[in-house]
Amino acid sequence: MYVAVKGGERAIENAHRLLAHERRGDRDVPELSLSQISEQLGLAVDRVMSEGSLYDRELAALAIKQARGDLIEAIFLVRAFRATLPRFGTTEPVDTGAMRVQRRVSSTFKDIPGGQVLGPTFDYTHRLLDPGLAQGGDPEAPALAETSDVPMPRVTDILGRDGLIEPSPAAETDAPVGDLTRDPLSFPAGRDLRLQNLARGDEGFLLALGYSTQRGYGRNHPFAGEIRFGEVEVEFVAEEIGFAVPLGSIELTECQMVNQFKGSATEPPCFTRGYGLAFGQSERKTMSMALVDRALRARELGEDLIAPAQDEEFVMSHSDNVQATGFVEHLKLPHYVDFQSELGLLRKLRQEFAEANAAPALKEAAE
Amino acid sequence: MSGEMALQERRKGAMRVLAHVPSAEIGARMAELEVPSHRELRAAESGLVMVRGRIGGDGAPFNLGEATVSRAAVRLDSGEVGFGYVLGRDSDKARLIALCDALLQSPEHAQAIEAKVVAPLRAQVQAGREQSAAEAAATRVDFYTMVRGEG
Repeated sequence: MYVAVKGGERAIENAHRLLAHERRGDRDVPELSLSQISEQLGLAVDRVMSEGSLYDRELAALAIKQARGDLIEAIFLVRAFRATLPRFGTTEPVDTGAMRVQRRVSSTFKDIPGGQVLGPTFDYTHRLLDPGLAQGGDPEAPALAETSDVPMPRVTDILGRDGLIEPSPAAETDAPVGDLTRDPLSFPAGRDLRLQNLARGDEGFLLALGYSTQRGYGRNHPFAGEIRFGEVEVEFVAEEIGFAVPLGSIELTECQMVNQFKGSATEPPCFTRGYGLAFGQSERKTMSMALVDRALRARELGEDLIAPAQDEEFVMSHSDNVQATGFVEHLKLPHYVDFQSELGLLRKLRQEFAEANAAPALKEAAE
Repeated sequence: MSGEMALQERRKGAMRVLAHVPSAEIGARMAELEVPSHRELRAAESGLVMVRGRIGGDGAPFNLGEATVSRAAVRLDSGEVGFGYVLGRDSDKARLIALCDALLQSPEHAQAIEAKVVAPLRAQVQAGREQSAAEAAATRVDFYTMVRGEG
């Protein structure tokens, strides 16, 4: 039990002052601006937006600066900030099929309508540190090529036309959509709640769980059917206006995992799927999310429940790094009263132990 | 298309453009026009919307995460009410979009707003998108499948 402790105000105030000093670092080095963080550490900003569950590049950059680059602390700051704003409502579901694609790859088909577009990627780099970057300087301008008007359907839509893959669960009109920022988690949870939980879940935790499924703990034979990254338009139906208002666009990454078959006496076998979607360019995150989404469908698909990644209560209760860090890190706050009672108990047990062991010795000595 | 639907499409079209332009650039173009007298119907404010995705991209909706949004409402003295809703926390931008939206509904001002503000900014946004698309297109790849193993 944590018991509030009084006192130490001066020390706390000075500690925060020292923190601000350390955050600034050597004053001879120019101070970071938010636009530098947003422009040059863009993937850190993307991660903080995803797991902070708030799309706002500038706020995420501020959080990263304030947290001295500790991304989980930054995510915590963003989550706390969102609680201060009113919610106007819910957007129309975004259409990832209409994405202005910057990157789109498939590991299942080499020839897909619209083609494979590598975009800005670390893939195929040699992972050698670049001393040139240490010097700084402007890189070459990007190469340009003719654009084409060929649409880029989702790869799963192409497979779906021949019935080779299961369809996405259909939207039921007027069915409520679960929101774990409004209602506490309860189990079993629908796929809507599971995806919301995974979308804001810790990338490292999901990566490890996704990896565990590949290594045999809930194996589901995945292929990256498609990964796409780019901008989608967001629309919001405002009651007072009477039509869906375009709010602007956001960057999203989507991953469609194609997994091994299901079928039954009445249904022909088809591929199954796992889905990942996250703010910004968050490829590792969405791939891990899609693996875990598929693993969490084990019960629905009649698979043996044998692995952690298939256990929704385990996954959903431990995926949130703000909750996790809160509970782990609270251990460093004063627990003096608690510890005193443990200490008292331990002393008593040791005394009983000593008496029990001393008694036969005394008896022997007396004989 | 009825007149009302056409107007609605024009208003949406303008919002779709203005949402992608920094407020200073909208403001600079508005400054070149004679903007009629108007007042704020609702003070501009920032808040959140919950952004939804669809399971599998095309299935049932789920809540992905929130985004910051600013909104404002403006009434021209001639009665037209305009609304501004835009991603981010720039309430000036919401106010400018609301003002444009009101002006677009005014027969007297609609043409000037469309020609002097929305059309040039639309071209600017479009040019930016074409640039990005051309950069992405240069990374389009043809994979050749190699036969693995012997034979």
